[in-house]
Amino acid sequence: MSRTGAAVLALAVVLLAAFPLVVGDPFYQQVVVMMLMYGALGAAWNLVGGFLGRVSFGHAVFLGLGAYTTLLLLRTHVTPWLGIPVGGLVAAAIAFVVGRPTLRLSGHYFAMATLALLAMTHVLVVNWSWAGGAVGLEAPIANNAWLLLFRSRAPYYWIAFVLALFTLCATFALARAKAGYYWRAINGDEAAARSLGVPADRYKMLAFALSAALTGAWGGFYSIYIGFIDPDSAFNLTLSIQIVLVAILGGVGTIIGPWLGAALLIPLAEGTRIAMGGSGSGLDLLLYGLAIILVSLFLPSGLVTLRLRRGAARR
Amino acid sequence: MLEAFVTGLSNGLIYAVVAVGLALIWGITDVINFAHGDFLMLGMYAAYWMFTLGHVDPTLAAPIAACALGFVGFLAYALIIRPLQRGPVMIVILATFGLGLVLRQLAFIFFSPDYRNLPDTWLSGGIRLAGVSLGRPQVVTGLVSLVVIGVLFVLVYRTRWGSALQAVAEDRQAASLVGIASDRVNAQVWMLGSAMVGLAGALLTTFFYVFPSVGAVFGLLSFVAVAMGGFGSLPGAFLSGILIGVIEAMTGYLIAPAFKTASVFVAFLLVLWYRPRGLFGRW
Repeated sequence: MSRTGAAVLALAVVLLAAFPLVVGDPFYQQVVVMMLMYGALGAAWNLVGGFLGRVSFGHAVFLGLGAYTTLLLLRTHVTPWLGIPVGGLVAAAIAFVVGRPTLRLSGHYFAMATLALLAMTHVLVVNWSWAGGAVGLEAPIANNAWLLLFRSRAPYYWIAFVLALFTLCATFALARAKAGYYWRAINGDEAAARSLGVPADRYKMLAFALSAALTGAWGGFYSIYIGFIDPDSAFNLTLSIQIVLVAILGGVGTIIGPWLGAALLIPLAEGTRIAMGGSGSGLDLLLYGLAIILVSLFLPSGLVTLRLRRGAARR
Repeated sequence: MLEAFVTGLSNGLIYAVVAVGLALIWGITDVINFAHGDFLMLGMYAAYWMFTLGHVDPTLAAPIAACALGFVGFLAYALIIRPLQRGPVMIVILATFGLGLVLRQLAFIFFSPDYRNLPDTWLSGGIRLAGVSLGRPQVVTGLVSLVVIGVLFVLVYRTRWGSALQAVAEDRQAASLVGIASDRVNAQVWMLGSAMVGLAGALLTTFFYVFPSVGAVFGLLSFVAVAMGGFGSLPGAFLSGILIGVIEAMTGYLIAPAFKTASVFVAFLLVLWYRPRGLFGRW
């Protein structure tokens, strides 16, 4: 990373840390929390979808697994301090199981297989009455730091901030590590990478499991932040697509891209929702769909290329 | 038992016609059309409104809906897909997802989220066949789907135009070198695939509810059918469409209706486990 890049990043982190101290409005805080969450989800997805080049439409599965694990543990009075990491581990374990058959697939086949996994998980959870069935699970209402339940939204901002910082550092380190280079090599040409001695299967699995673990942990956060989870909101294709969208919008296979994508998309989505009164008229989703089309037409390689393009023009 | 099987077969034919349209677009232009199910929804509303406002029976409305949807397909190709063809593959998929979302929300806003159905069409009624009672709309729709798919297969595999299609699917550059306007072929494929789904949608209104997100039901299953058959394989999409209909109906009959879709996905993953490129691979 260039020195100016690092400076801009540091500035962004400081601004985000200072944000809740300056802006007290819960709506704006909510928007920033969602921005951080989707940025992180996009960054986690990017490990598989960007570096490894396996586009997953099933990441909502991992988000939902983390969310369900956290709330189910909370039901038995296990603190989310533990529940969130355990949620990440559960998601990683499931990724390990489903990764075996699916990671052999490539291109469209992998994408469709993950889509099928998502739809299957949805059906299974709807019919699993111990885990709330179609009704879902609720977090109790309390004010208890040990159980990470707060009446005010402010503490959640800090949890999201710390988790986001962790996600950023983790993805940055992974991209720089040997694994990151292996992933890009596999993405470039799997056969060639194998012939040069890259243990492709193991490293593909690593990417998938790590990506799932991060996504699961965020699912845990999401469940206590919203305080409610049901199969429709957790194992939801639109949610999966939104994760993909954030990453693609910002720039696939880059560290900063997903965060930029989230910074553009989430305020847009939340803004239109509020501007239209959130009346369920469907106009917000209509605008959202239009935005997706326009962005893909005019920014097909993501926001990160804006800077590159300007640089090229100057030259 | 037999009844469940036959019902599955007739549902399967509808999945098949939707899936074959999708496979056609996918195989030749290399684009997953996430708005395909929503095109079906448009076809259904077209027939619904022609019946409600103009008393045109869905049987007559079906060809009109097919033409209308062909035009929609052309617009989608010309305005969204063609400009993106040189971009990354994923961005095209997302653009079609955005298009589907826009169509669904437009229907939601203009037609309201109500579930609507057509009470009395020419096809209403039942048929008893060898001790199995069936709905006449289902049977007719299934048969029409079969005919449409048959015509399409003849077009693709037996005509000069079809050879041009296959040439474009195989190697776009080489095809244009021998004088095939691949751009025009792509547009035609989009029109044809969309027209097929429009026709299916119009006939579907004779026995299925119309609502803005109806496309999701058929869209997802037709994606699975295409992937299960092997991307770009028309016979694959056709057979898996039927297979999915049968699996669904048999699970509903033998196990529980709640697991209908789950068993379809299990079957799909099993197919991918043994044949990572689908049942029929690529052309």
